[in-house]
Amino acid sequence: MGFEYAPAPESRAVVDLRSSYGLFVDGEFTDATDGRTFKSVSPATEEVLAEVTEAGPGDVDRAVRAARRAYNKVWSRMPGAERAKYLFRIARIVAERSRELAVLESLDNGKPIRESRDVDLPQVAAHFFYYAGWADKLQYAGLGQDPLPVGVAGQIIPWNFPLLMLAWKIAPALACGNTVVLKPAETTPLTALAFAEICQQADLPAGVVNIVTGAGETGRALVEHDDVDKIAFTGSTEVGKAIARTVAGTRKRTTLELGGKAANVVFDDAPLDQAVEGIVNGIFFNQGHVCCAGSRLLVQESVYDEVLARLKRRMQTLRVGDPLDKNTDVGAINSAEQLARIRELSDVGEREGAERWSPACQLPDRGYWFPPTVFTGVSQAHRIAREEIFGPVLSVLTFRTPAEAVEKANNTPYGLSAGVWAEKGSRILWMADRLRAGVVWANTFNKFDPTSPFGGYKESGYGREGGRHGLEAYLAR
Amino acid sequence: MTTVSSSAAGVDEATRSPSTLRRFLHGLPGVDQVGAEARATGLATRSIKTTAKEWALDLAVRMIDLTTLEGQDTPGKVRALCAKGMRPDPSDGTCPAVAAICVYSDMVPVAKEALARSGVKVASVATAFPSGRAALDVKLADTHGAVEAGADEIDMVIDRGAFLAGDYQRVHDEIVAVRQACGDRAHLKVILESGELVTYDNVRRASWLAMLAGADFIKTSTGKISPAATLPVTLVMLEAVRDFRDTTGRQVGVKPAGGIRTSKEALRHLILVNETVGDDWLSPDWFRIGASSLLNDLLMQRAKMATGRYAGPDYFTLD
Repeated sequence: MGFEYAPAPESRAVVDLRSSYGLFVDGEFTDATDGRTFKSVSPATEEVLAEVTEAGPGDVDRAVRAARRAYNKVWSRMPGAERAKYLFRIARIVAERSRELAVLESLDNGKPIRESRDVDLPQVAAHFFYYAGWADKLQYAGLGQDPLPVGVAGQIIPWNFPLLMLAWKIAPALACGNTVVLKPAETTPLTALAFAEICQQADLPAGVVNIVTGAGETGRALVEHDDVDKIAFTGSTEVGKAIARTVAGTRKRTTLELGGKAANVVFDDAPLDQAVEGIVNGIFFNQGHVCCAGSRLLVQESVYDEVLARLKRRMQTLRVGDPLDKNTDVGAINSAEQLARIRELSDVGEREGAERWSPACQLPDRGYWFPPTVFTGVSQAHRIAREEIFGPVLSVLTFRTPAEAVEKANNTPYGLSAGVWAEKGSRILWMADRLRAGVVWANTFNKFDPTSPFGGYKESGYGREGGRHGLEAYLAR
Repeated sequence: MTTVSSSAAGVDEATRSPSTLRRFLHGLPGVDQVGAEARATGLATRSIKTTAKEWALDLAVRMIDLTTLEGQDTPGKVRALCAKGMRPDPSDGTCPAVAAICVYSDMVPVAKEALARSGVKVASVATAFPSGRAALDVKLADTHGAVEAGADEIDMVIDRGAFLAGDYQRVHDEIVAVRQACGDRAHLKVILESGELVTYDNVRRASWLAMLAGADFIKTSTGKISPAATLPVTLVMLEAVRDFRDTTGRQVGVKPAGGIRTSKEALRHLILVNETVGDDWLSPDWFRIGASSLLNDLLMQRAKMATGRYAGPDYFTLD
């Protein structure tokens, strides 16, 4: 008999889900003007978790007006040290309620509890703590003597890291004295609504944070609203381009954090066991729903066989299944729509002649699931080497020389992140100088920290989030 | 893996001369410290419950080399430890025996007699344990003595001074000589003393060096130096035995020793085994845990699984 791990489910009892949620406007939950709602489901079971309100243009207008009032009367006038107190308080409440929020995130998003518990939630609290510290020190940020807030920020976030992306958006905005109207993704609104409760719990002045739930139309209303001073968007390149067109010619400032097709470059002198861990973490972390995922593996041809053999062996130990089981490594695909896209592109990969491989794994009957998948024999001309799949699908290519690795890594319209694996420090620095990517990880991958700026080159967007650089988007000089 | 035959030739080449040996060991893939530690930390979050925990606790008991290596060891102490090893929980007939009793070489006759036909093995440390600072003929005499007295297993220490000075050939030849002294009568465990080798690169090289020289087991530590058996060190050694079998076809066991005092830590090591090398190593023939106080914690957890309650420490024998 082998070592079979018994089920180790995290309890759902810590989460107190309401059957329906309103919009969070001016410090209170309210219904939509036209009464429209939609359902948020658990992608692991297709169970309906809660009914959520769909904000129309009138509701977005109410939210923006509330944010403007709070900006003019309270938040922009408040000394930084006072704003910091609220942010520290929010950070502490998030940390205290992190177990509950982690379970809720895994329920709504489908990501493994191991990740929501050990990555998402610690990072969320860390972001609020970090930017709370900046609130009374903005004159030392190198962005002018007495930098002023921008005004009302419209923020639109994706479904892959719902609460973490909220933290990336709200923490710096509030630290700099802005007020916000935030729209969470339509498939993952629940932790943002829990965050609204945290704002109430922290006695945050009404209107400083407003949460409007809805889909693309709600987002469009927010982007097009005349009284929004700044748009911050994280999501697909397609929507990002549409937003850029909409705001062109207006006074609105914009930051966009869009798609990616990152190269993870493995040299023949790499620490192979750790490189394999990095490859696995790079593409299978969060089911590959990561804009900076290392979705293109570039392996030096001389170690190709060895790396692939080690990678496949390692993939056989990945545990796919119930996101709430503490031993799950890969959870559910976030939505039926996303699953269809992953399937479509994977089928295209096969039709184009790449070789597809997945470890044997039992997928649950209900819910949205896709096994960890590797494509070998991929060339630059294949669609799976060019388009963002946003799923647990890795395309493997080879290279012969460092120059060829750089050429292939940069040969993409995207430029969000890259990874380099080598024991030679000089080569890592040489590569980092030449890779056209906002983040270059050396002998690691998918490492995040609130002090470190994050953002893209080319069609991966513009502007930086995180660190001192992340303040710039929310300060007028 | 696909590279067995070609690399096996490389392994034969490796031991041809000091320089080929050095080239071979320095040609092994490096270990990234941050990455290795992150992997070990990640696996430590595995949650082992109910049936899995019952199974793993029993396996851990069966893997223990129950150890006493003190200047104050007496025949009475060793006999008491042997009794404990054969029947760890007198109140529970389902509790398995440990794998072996580990003692200094002069205590081998006592242990051998006490254990008789129980199936529990006698392991003896040798070769000027724990420092290894003695002439080779002294080390070999120590080994011969233990084997003659009936030791089933010899736990030798490598010459860390020679290893750190880069004299890999000397370390290799010494292991070969001790291996010969063990003959067919005793298994050889080679202690790397990872706490003195310090880097994971050194641990990986020393692991390969010991395996090339004929080790049946590679063991982390003497237990006299801190840190002893850490999770990342065990991970690196497991990767080494896995790769060694892929290359040569020969399977070598792993024994973390020292510092593993709780069931939780023991289970974490078993998780490393499970997810790094798999079922083939999940047996006392291929994985041992060198420990003394660990056993009672495992017994407490076993009792807790059976009764649903923790019993006080007075319900478990101190030997």
